Amino acid sequence: MQALEYVAPASLDEAVAALAKHGATARVLAGGTDVIIQAREGRRQVGVMVDIKGIKEATSFSFGSDGSLTVGAAAPCARLYGDAEVQKRFPALVDSASLIGGIQIQSRASLGGNLCNSSPAADSIPTLIALGGVCNIIGPSGKRDVPVEDFCTAPGQNVLQAGELLVSITFPAPAANSGAAFERFIPRNEMDIAVVNAAASVALSADGSKFESARIAVGAVAPTPLYVKAAGDALAGKPVSEATIDAAAAAASDAAKPITDMRGSAAQRKHLAGVLTKHVINTAIARAKGA
Amino acid sequence: MTGRTYVSARINGEQRDFLVEPRQSLLETLRDELGMTGAKEGCNNGNCGACNVIVNGSLVNACCVLGVECNGAEIVTIEGVADGETLHPLQTSFLENAALQCGICTPGFIVAAKALLDKEPDADEARIRHWLAGNLCRCTGYDKIVRAVLDAADDMRRAPAKA
Ligand SMILES: Cc1cc2nc3c(=O)[nH]c(=O)nc-3n(C[C@H](O)[C@H](O)[C@H](O)COP(=O)(O)OP(=O)(O)OC[C@H]3O[C@@H](n4cnc5c(N)ncnc54)[C@H](O)[C@@H]3O)c2cc1C
Ligand code: FES
Ligand code: FES
Repeated sequence: MQALEYVAPASLDEAVAALAKHGATARVLAGGTDVIIQAREGRRQVGVMVDIKGIKEATSFSFGSDGSLTVGAAAPCARLYGDAEVQKRFPALVDSASLIGGIQIQSRASLGGNLCNSSPAADSIPTLIALGGVCNIIGPSGKRDVPVEDFCTAPGQNVLQAGELLVSITFPAPAANSGAAFERFIPRNEMDIAVVNAAASVALSADGSKFESARIAVGAVAPTPLYVKAAGDALAGKPVSEATIDAAAAAASDAAKPITDMRGSAAQRKHLAGVLTKHVINTAIARAKGA
Repeated sequence: MTGRTYVSARINGEQRDFLVEPRQSLLETLRDELGMTGAKEGCNNGNCGACNVIVNGSLVNACCVLGVECNGAEIVTIEGVADGETLHPLQTSFLENAALQCGICTPGFIVAAKALLDKEPDADEARIRHWLAGNLCRCTGYDKIVRAVLDAADDMRRAPAKA
């Protein structure tokens, strides 16, 4: 690996100062499951690793009194999906976090790292979008918030400006009678990059007969994970029926603009975007009904 | 600190103080600086599990961790799995079940399986297969490995004091 410096700031202020001091070749180090390998293979020029795992705001997660959840950007997936409250209130996060790599990766990999690496096929991003996650960002000119669906701008690129870092992601409290789910399609059971992935979050009427609102996102079908507003709109206010769900799945498939590569053809991906959307809506409905 | 950095960690219960360059992975630190060559380099990119060690109770790929991150850490490597001359039940079981051929993957599988059984002594076959999905073996076809872990779990449940 290229020569490297390592700093481990103990606070957000120190982290911002370290990023400012070291400039363009400084990289944030969370779990390192992307960045250590990228640095070793020379795919990324890294001069200084700024390890944020000593910063409380970046590694803890907590529920607000309003039921919202704030997850530190560097909190490892295994800790998140092992938490009983997260399992109960945000099962879709568990779906994603428990699919990223194997257990050795999940011990270290974080949602923040997955988001900031900004791969079009990242397995947490559709879920973060469907759950209405908001990125809490800090930098030289202070703090700002960006909805997750506006965060990624191109493969490997995002809205973070020089010297900025992602502190945490906040999810609003799930609405009454709501549920969410994530699924990905890969040719084996574990340890592969998504051919397509999808997440849905739905809120139902009290009697479970109608969709009040919904958010749908699909991944690996465009240069960035896609928030498909049209798919959520196809559900909102409509009866919970196969026809409604098919319409939402068709909207997700229409929004997909995939490429053909060794993992799948564009046509297969477009088809899968619809199939997975249907699956995750049905799982989200079952969860909303407490099944 | 591009130069060598001082790191102090407990490795297999023993306090170790050493110098590493920030670019060195924990795997390189163990093998090249500390002469502990039990953890293997298979892929060096997180996919094969041959380098598995336990850091602060969590199973990790040592090739995806920097040595400098381990200041103050508690680390268990394959060298710390046996109790002196007495093999760990997993090690005995791997031998008895012929769960290895070339053996490159074996330290990783044993450390990974130990991390599982320490937490979940009752892990069943499905759980074991799922847990070991991050460990690759090009020789055995996995069945003998899974059988060995199941047998070891059985032994450990029967004689927990020795495990
Ligand atoms: C064997 C293997 C299997 C994998 N399987 C999957 C999989 O199934 N699905 C999947 O989606 N991914 C997978 N990955 C990729 C990777 O594990 C994930 O993307 C992971 O979530 C990255 O998190 P991390 O904490 O390790 O990030 P790091 O490697 O620490 O960081 C990733 C990038 O984001 C930047 N960054 C990290 N945190 C911040 C922050 N707070 N602010 C600003 N920038 C930041 C870093 O500088 C770096 O560029 C796999 C990787 C490996 C090696
Ligand atoms: S050498 Fe570390 S996972 Fe393969
Ligand atoms: S025994 Fe050869 S790789 Fe597993």
